Amino acid sequence: MSLLKHGRLVGEDAFQPVADDAALPASGAVLVTYARWQAEKEQLSGRNAPLGIILPNTVDALDFGPEAERFDLIVLHFPKFSDGRAYSQARLLRERFGYRGELRATGHVLQDQLWHMQRSGFDAFEIPRPDAVEAFAKASRTFSHVYQPTGDGRVSVLKQRLAIHTKNGPDSQEAAE
Amino acid sequence: MYQYDEIDQTMVEERVAQFRDQVARRLTGEISEDEFKPLRLQNGLYLQLHAYMLRIAIPYGTLSSRQLRGLAQIGCTYDRGWGHFTTRQNLQYNWIKLEDAPAALADLAKVQMHAIQTSGNCIRNTTTDQFAGAAHDEIEDPRVWCEIIRQWSTFHPEFSFLPRKFKIAVTGSPNDRAAVRVHDIGLRMHKNDAGEIGFEVIVGGGLGRTPFIGKTIRDFLPKQDLLSYLEAILRIYNQFGRRDNLFKARIKILVHEIGIETMREKVEAEFAVSKHGALKLPQEAIDQIAVQFAPPAFETLSGISAEYANAFRTDFEFGLWARRNTFKHKQPGYSIVTISLKKEGAPPGDASAEQMNAVADIADRYSFGEIRVTHEQNLVLPHVKQSDLPAVFKALKAWDLATPNVGLASDIIACPGLDYCALANARSIPIAQQIALRFKNWERAHDIGELKIKISGCINACGHHHVGHIGILGVDKAGEEFYQITLGGSADDQAALGDLIGPSLNTKDAVDAIDTLVETYLRLRKSSDERFLDTYRRIGIAPFKEAVYVSA
Repeated sequence: MSLLKHGRLVGEDAFQPVADDAALPASGAVLVTYARWQAEKEQLSGRNAPLGIILPNTVDALDFGPEAERFDLIVLHFPKFSDGRAYSQARLLRERFGYRGELRATGHVLQDQLWHMQRSGFDAFEIPRPDAVEAFAKASRTFSHVYQPTGDGRVSVLKQRLAIHTKNGPDSQEAAE
Repeated sequence: MYQYDEIDQTMVEERVAQFRDQVARRLTGEISEDEFKPLRLQNGLYLQLHAYMLRIAIPYGTLSSRQLRGLAQIGCTYDRGWGHFTTRQNLQYNWIKLEDAPAALADLAKVQMHAIQTSGNCIRNTTTDQFAGAAHDEIEDPRVWCEIIRQWSTFHPEFSFLPRKFKIAVTGSPNDRAAVRVHDIGLRMHKNDAGEIGFEVIVGGGLGRTPFIGKTIRDFLPKQDLLSYLEAILRIYNQFGRRDNLFKARIKILVHEIGIETMREKVEAEFAVSKHGALKLPQEAIDQIAVQFAPPAFETLSGISAEYANAFRTDFEFGLWARRNTFKHKQPGYSIVTISLKKEGAPPGDASAEQMNAVADIADRYSFGEIRVTHEQNLVLPHVKQSDLPAVFKALKAWDLATPNVGLASDIIACPGLDYCALANARSIPIAQQIALRFKNWERAHDIGELKIKISGCINACGHHHVGHIGILGVDKAGEEFYQITLGGSADDQAALGDLIGPSLNTKDAVDAIDTLVETYLRLRKSSDERFLDTYRRIGIAPFKEAVYVSA
C-alpha cells in the first residue's frame, strides 16, 4: 500500500489510526471513525494534536460539513470503485464548506479514477500498487482541458473559449470558485 | 452545425489514447475484467452474446455527411459492413473485436466523433427532437442546450460513478418528439408569462422494469441556470440514489420513494447555493455555442413549387411517400424528409455502409450536408427544398430507402433482442419483421394511419414497449418465446404507459393478435381521422381484450 500526497510518496502516515475500543494515545495525531467522533466529540476536541476522521460515504456531507474545519485529515472511503458517493462528499467539503485540510481517498482506489478524484478535491490517496507515483503522474496528465468547473480552480472549456474570444484573460474570480 | 475546435479535438484524441492504454493493461492482465468493465462501458464497448458491440454517440442525433461516411467506413473496416441505429439516436456495431476498438475510436475521432459515455453509470448522450432547427413548431433550437449539456457532462468528475445510467432529453417544441417525460431528466422549453424562454424540468421518468412518467420538479428554469440545476439534481441523486439493488438504482425510484416534494426541497436547497457559482452561464457563452447552430443559407421561396405539385399529381408513389415521410419546415419552400429504415421485413434501424454513403451523398446535394438520427430508428434530411423532393425520392428509392411508412404500423421500434443481446429473453427483430409484413399493403397501412408499435426483448425496455400505442414485450416461458401485449402507451406530450391486455402469447398468436387489434380498431373508430390511440383512449381496453382472447 502506498500513501501519496500531492503526488509524492508519504513514508509514514502522521496519523495513527485508533480503533473504536482502543484508548486514545496521550499525544500525537490520530485518525478516528465517524462513530467515535460522534460519541467523544469533547474529548477529541480537547486533545492538543492533529485530528483525522474516517467519514463513511453514507454520511450526508451537508450535516457533517459545518464540523469539517475541526479536522486536519478527512478520509473518504471507497468500498468499491463503482460507488461514487464520496466524489460528491469531497466537492461539498471543499467547495461548500471550504475545508482546506488533507482529503484522502482510501479503499478501492484505481488508477483510472485518480483524475476524477483530484478534480473533486482529493489531495491524498492510498493506492494499492508499488508504482503509485508513476500511476498518479500518468493519471494527472489524462486530459489537457476540463469541460466543467470544480473546486480545483481549472478554467472550464466554456470560459476558456470566452476568454479567447473576448481577448481578455479568464475572470480572476473563477479560480476561487 | 457544431464543429469541434482544437480543444474538443484534443479531448477526444486524449480519450482514445487513454482507452488504448486501458485496453493494453487489460490484455496484459494488469487490470481485472471487473475493473476494466466500467472503463470499456464508458467508451461504448459492451460484451454481447457473440462479440463486442460498440455504441457510437451521435450527439443529439445530428450528423454531417462526412461523419456518416466515417461511420460507413468504420462499419466496413471493423464490422461486417453494417450499422444499427438505436433508440438513443446512436449507432451500434455488433461485431467488434476488443483489440480493434481503440483503432475504431481513433478513426471516429478523425470525423469529430466518439463513443464517450454511451454506456456505464454516467450521464449518457443527450437526445432531442430529430427535427431540431428545422421544425415549424419549434420555440427554440434545443441542440444549443444539448451541446452545452454534452460539454458539461463529458468526463464529469463527480458523476462518472452514479448509482445507474442517466439520460437527459430536451425538446424545443410543444409537440414533444423527444419523449422527455420518460427520461431521467426531461427538459421542455417554453415561454413564461413574462415572455422569457426557459425550461420546464421533469425528473424521474423512465421505462425499464419499473416504468414511470416523469414529474415536474420545476415549472420554469431560466436558461442561465440550466447547468447549476442539472448539477443539483445529479448531486442529490449521486448521494441518495439506491446502490443496494441494481434494479432500484435509477433516479425514478429515488423520486418515487422519497416523493417529488422531498426531491424538490433537496434539489432547490442545493440550487439556492449553487446558482451563484461558476456554472452560471454567461449570455456570451450561450451565444458562442448558438452561433454554431445558425440556420443554413436557405433560399427565399414562396408558393408551392411546380415540380413538387406536378410530381404529387402524376406520380402516385411519390405522393404516398411525400404524404407520410415529409414534415413541415419552418422555412417556406422547404420540407423535412424522414428516411425510413423500416422496409417491411428488414431489421428495424439497420443500414448498410452503401446506404449510409448514399444518404451522405443525397444530404450533400439536397440538405446542406446534414443528417439526423431519430429515436424511432430512422434518418432525417432536415432541410430539403420542396422542388427537390421528387429527385430526393428517386435517389432514396434507388437504395431501398423510400418506404412510405413513417409513423405507420410497419415503422416499428425494436431492440436488438435475443439475436444479439445477452440480456434478452426473446427475439425482437423477427417478430417486428413478421408484423411489418402484415402491413405491407400500402392501402391498408395508410388507412390505419398513425400506429406506433414498439417491441422489447426483455423488461429492460430498450424498445420502449411501455410507450407504444401497441407495446410488445418478449418473455421466456419454459424456453419458448412468448410476447405480452400492452395498449395505449404514448411518449409524446401526453405521455402514458400502456395497459396489459392479458396473458402472453406465442409468436404466431402474438402476430395474429396485432392484426386482430388493428381490425378491432378499424371496426370501432369514429372516423378515419381518429387514430388507433385516440380510439383506445375513447373506448378503453375491453373491446380489444375481448377480440384477442375471446375469439381466439
